[in-house]
Amino acid sequence: MNNISAVAGIVIKELYRRKDFYVLFIVTILICLVMASINIYNDAHIVRYLKEICLDLIWVSTLVIAVTTTARQIPAERENRTLLPLLAKPLTRVQLLLGKFLGCWLACGLALLCFYIFFGALAASREHHWSVLNYFQAGILHWFLLGIVVAFALLGSLIFAAPSSNATICFVIIGGILFVGRNLDRVALGLGAVGRNLVLALYFALPHLEFYDLRDLVVHNWPTVPWTYFCLALLYAALYMAVFLIAACLVFRRKAVN
Amino acid sequence: MLSPRTFSWLLVALLVACFGLAARLEPQFQFMRLDAAREAWVLDLHSDLRPLYLSRATGDFFNVALGDSRRMFANEFFVKADEYYHSGYYPSIFDDNTAFKTAHMAADTGAVADKNRGDEHGFLGPTRNWIDAFGRHFFPNRHTHLDEGGADDLSGSDDVREILPWLKLSSDLDPDNVQTYTVTAFWLRKRMNNVPEAEAVLHEGLRNCPGSYEILFELGCLDYESHHDRERARNVWEEGVRQWRKAYPHLSPEEQKDSQYVMEALTTHLAKLEQDNGNLQQAVQWLQEALPVSEVPAVIQTNINELKYKIGLEFLPQLKPLY
Repeated sequence: MNNISAVAGIVIKELYRRKDFYVLFIVTILICLVMASINIYNDAHIVRYLKEICLDLIWVSTLVIAVTTTARQIPAERENRTLLPLLAKPLTRVQLLLGKFLGCWLACGLALLCFYIFFGALAASREHHWSVLNYFQAGILHWFLLGIVVAFALLGSLIFAAPSSNATICFVIIGGILFVGRNLDRVALGLGAVGRNLVLALYFALPHLEFYDLRDLVVHNWPTVPWTYFCLALLYAALYMAVFLIAACLVFRRKAVN
Repeated sequence: MLSPRTFSWLLVALLVACFGLAARLEPQFQFMRLDAAREAWVLDLHSDLRPLYLSRATGDFFNVALGDSRRMFANEFFVKADEYYHSGYYPSIFDDNTAFKTAHMAADTGAVADKNRGDEHGFLGPTRNWIDAFGRHFFPNRHTHLDEGGADDLSGSDDVREILPWLKLSSDLDPDNVQTYTVTAFWLRKRMNNVPEAEAVLHEGLRNCPGSYEILFELGCLDYESHHDRERARNVWEEGVRQWRKAYPHLSPEEQKDSQYVMEALTTHLAKLEQDNGNLQQAVQWLQEALPVSEVPAVIQTNINELKYKIGLEFLPQLKPLY
């Protein structure tokens, strides 16, 4: 566990030394402040459009941070020729992968915390109350979604040649799942027998990332998700993280490191 | 290595290019601050600027940036406002949207013909599988309206303000869409008690869509219900009727059907106004105008009969036996 946390610590340090997070965070703040300054029929209490824009920016920023940070971890170690010396130490390949995963996931969690604190402050400035439980649920589910994304991108970084191709494929798949994942079974109904079975198989096999998207509930002040379903969603995410990590370990075990 | 002469030629070429570009851009720049008297003169001189006239002369950023596609975006934002009106509970392209053909926020104003059929509460249908059943706990899954309590059933009716940013954006993108102005003004006036802003919106609408009977109807309602100015309301509604009569023959059959709904609203409101003023004969005349355009002519006929009966009662004391 010490080895894993040591590797994770390095990844977290890398995040706060790089400029990606700061740039995205400042751009989010600036866009939100500009949007907040717009006068809409002299009504200072209108807030939901602002919450939606802010949450959309947070989603895009955190997905970018998660995918780009994870996609370059193993290729960068290989390119800098530090992978072999690292594995020469008492550190197994599985520990290295788990450390990278944990580091990226925790780094995303830290970034997410900053973003959600800003979001909460922005919403409270207009609404004059904090829906703490709603924000907590939205933040935790968002973090677990990023966990699945990080595990998936880590697996991709071992399969695809370059970080850029891995990142592009990850974005396309994640976007696809978020936009049509919920309705893939209905799309399947309009296809022929083979296509239908294929799409239905995809529908049941793919991780349903839309479970973790509580933006509409938070923006429109809906009550919290029942805690049973909340916990089940976390379990579902943990399952997919485990699947992707096991697949990554299996691929990495047979991969040449030099 | 380039010789000093080459540099000199390059400098001259750059100067010529700069001068040419300035000469080209200057008339376009002038368009931004032309007075009405000089517009025709400049357009005669620079006929190639005619397509730019509407956009740059009026400083319309969206027109320059998006062209005609802005209408498509405007419609998207109008639908977005209706989605906010439902606190996010809205059909996607995969769902049955027959109950959402007319935006509910527009239908609830009473000035738009409601074409919605089907079940607005259950467009999601029965659950299809365990993933669908499980997923329904993570997005808005109940039909509510913002002015009736919203998602938590606790909000005030003034929460309907949340639809306004999208309506404003929609009207900025497509200033010719009459419905955006009437819907915005209705909610500003009715639920937020912001009559001055509602009036400003309607006047802006009239500037962009002169002679719109829908806007005139809403403006008359504002005068009648908020300013309690009956004379002005009568004038505005009568102008609305005149504009409707002028526009009606040029509309498509579907537009004619929709416009009849507004004409019915105009005439019945005028009848009510006259009835309140004690002009029962005039009220009957307005109701008779409403009769051919109404979807419920039987109800209008009943009202006419009632008014005629009242008129008869007024004259009853003056009647003397013939013998």
